[in-house]
Amino acid sequence: MAALLDSPRWLGVLMIAPAVLYIVLVVGLPFVLAILYAFSGVTMGSRTIEFVGFKNFISVLETTKFQTSLRNTFVFALIAQVLVMVLGTVLAMALLKDFRGKWLVRLLILLPWVAPISLGTIGWLWILDSTYSVINWTLEALGLIGADGWFMWLGVPYLAMGSVITIHVWRILPLATVILLAGLTSIPHDIHDAAQVDGASFWRHLFQITLPLIRPIMLVAGLFGLVFAFTDMIVIFVLTRGGPYDTTQVLASLAFFTGIQAGDLAEGAAIALFLFPLLLAVAVAFLRVARRAEVT
Amino acid sequence: MDLVTREGEFLVLLGPSGCGKTTLLRMIAGLEQPSSGEILIGGQVVNDLPPRARKIAMVFQSYALYPHMTVFKNIAFPLKAQGVAKEEIPKKVAWATGLFGIGHLLERKPRQLSGGERQRVALARAVVREPAVFLLDEPLSNLDAQLRTSARDELQQFQRRIGITTIYVTHDQIEAMGLGDRIAVMQGGRVRQLGTPAEVYGEPADTFVAGFLGSPPMNIVEAAADRLVGFRPEHFLPREVHDGSGALVALGFRVTRVEYLGADRLLYGVLEDKFPGAKVIARLPSTVTLPYEGGRRYEFAVPEKELRFFDRTSGLRTAPRPV
Repeated sequence: MAALLDSPRWLGVLMIAPAVLYIVLVVGLPFVLAILYAFSGVTMGSRTIEFVGFKNFISVLETTKFQTSLRNTFVFALIAQVLVMVLGTVLAMALLKDFRGKWLVRLLILLPWVAPISLGTIGWLWILDSTYSVINWTLEALGLIGADGWFMWLGVPYLAMGSVITIHVWRILPLATVILLAGLTSIPHDIHDAAQVDGASFWRHLFQITLPLIRPIMLVAGLFGLVFAFTDMIVIFVLTRGGPYDTTQVLASLAFFTGIQAGDLAEGAAIALFLFPLLLAVAVAFLRVARRAEVT
Repeated sequence: MDLVTREGEFLVLLGPSGCGKTTLLRMIAGLEQPSSGEILIGGQVVNDLPPRARKIAMVFQSYALYPHMTVFKNIAFPLKAQGVAKEEIPKKVAWATGLFGIGHLLERKPRQLSGGERQRVALARAVVREPAVFLLDEPLSNLDAQLRTSARDELQQFQRRIGITTIYVTHDQIEAMGLGDRIAVMQGGRVRQLGTPAEVYGEPADTFVAGFLGSPPMNIVEAAADRLVGFRPEHFLPREVHDGSGALVALGFRVTRVEYLGADRLLYGVLEDKFPGAKVIARLPSTVTLPYEGGRRYEFAVPEKELRFFDRTSGLRTAPRPV
């Protein structure tokens, strides 16, 4: 044993083993299973696997439910991620400056990230409730809406999509902000001073100096956020369960409802895997650009 | 502090690190706000003006080149920010790069440049918009020793040619002496002395300036209860070496250690007779070939006119007195 630990070769293998094991068992195996299922006719009660080729993919493609979900996925992920990037950059730049009560603002911004997501979302469920909504109550108290004008935040198609996007942004924003803040902090202060002395206006400074310099890190934050938005369903599951009339249904939630709740494992797997090639391509593209970005 | 530059002058702010010289430069640039007092550029109070309205250009210690831009874009950046007409920009960039001989580097990125080239790009970027004042913050400190000498020479020639008032911050006294028309010696946020290199070296205003300039610095010994006397190591020579013109003050010198530095020899030791126990250093040029060794006493002397007197409590220069 001692000899084994003294050999750098075996020690390295030993050290990396838990991580490899973890990834293989918790990520790799389910992923392989999902691929197997997607090309099979397996359901909750099946004892055997028979392969049916692309039949599952073809049949889900034909349903309007799937087409709506596909469109919703893109709307949800792209709008949310654009908002996250813009707001995250603004917040990170604000947090870079020194001001009174900065710690409090930082704490408040980080809170959504530390709080368990289902708990936080349940909080939002009440905030957006059709009867108890504190937002509607406030609007009415301010005289902006009448008693009969209460918004059904989660019950009307566009409002529901707006709500789930907003809550998703609220939840991802802290991570993006922290990543972008790290990027901003890494820019030497002299560069900003030089830009100021050189006479750059706020916008020129932002778009020609600051943003290009944090571009690699923005790409990383963007990639993570985008993949996350494409594959996550907690917010939607807690708030709307895909409703009303599937207007907030995304592929991740549809896969869950089809595969787990309705028991059609094969179709569920096919839906879940549908965007995998796209996301893989997105990830590879992002990482390549990030590596090529010339910043020292 | 009260400091006035002259038109077209090369003014050096010299002092140890933390003396406030960089802060002063940044206040002139508008990057920091003074807590009180006024800053004037070209007769106009600029306290409330942002850096871009002050007609200044600054070269940073790190050069602060924009790493994602080519040399051309780096130099063009201040012009674009100022709204210079598009067709004018290449001409001005060509002029500025011509001044520093970096015209062949236009398409490179900063990380593809050597230290000396980066420094020239930083200078070109600063000079391209023809500022009223040129601020330089230790621009040579990132260069290796060999390059620094030639860069110093180029910098001075360039400044003479364009004739822009220049304020140059350094902690290196050789740079300061070599470059400055005048030197402001700073310590603890104050200007201790402002004068030509010869003035601050030869006629230090106080013991700080006397001790800061010169390598090794001025020997300072207690002459009386209220008074200090100083003399430069190069004036503290063997009696027989002095040429005999002018009065000499004889000093018995017990050498403890000899350091051979090529062009000079440094003799470390203590005085006897007049200022017993005072540690001093003598600097002998290589033309003095007399042998010296540690542990022995020699007869040394200083010309009386080279003695400088200081008040013991305030450290300020006082009138000469007999010793």
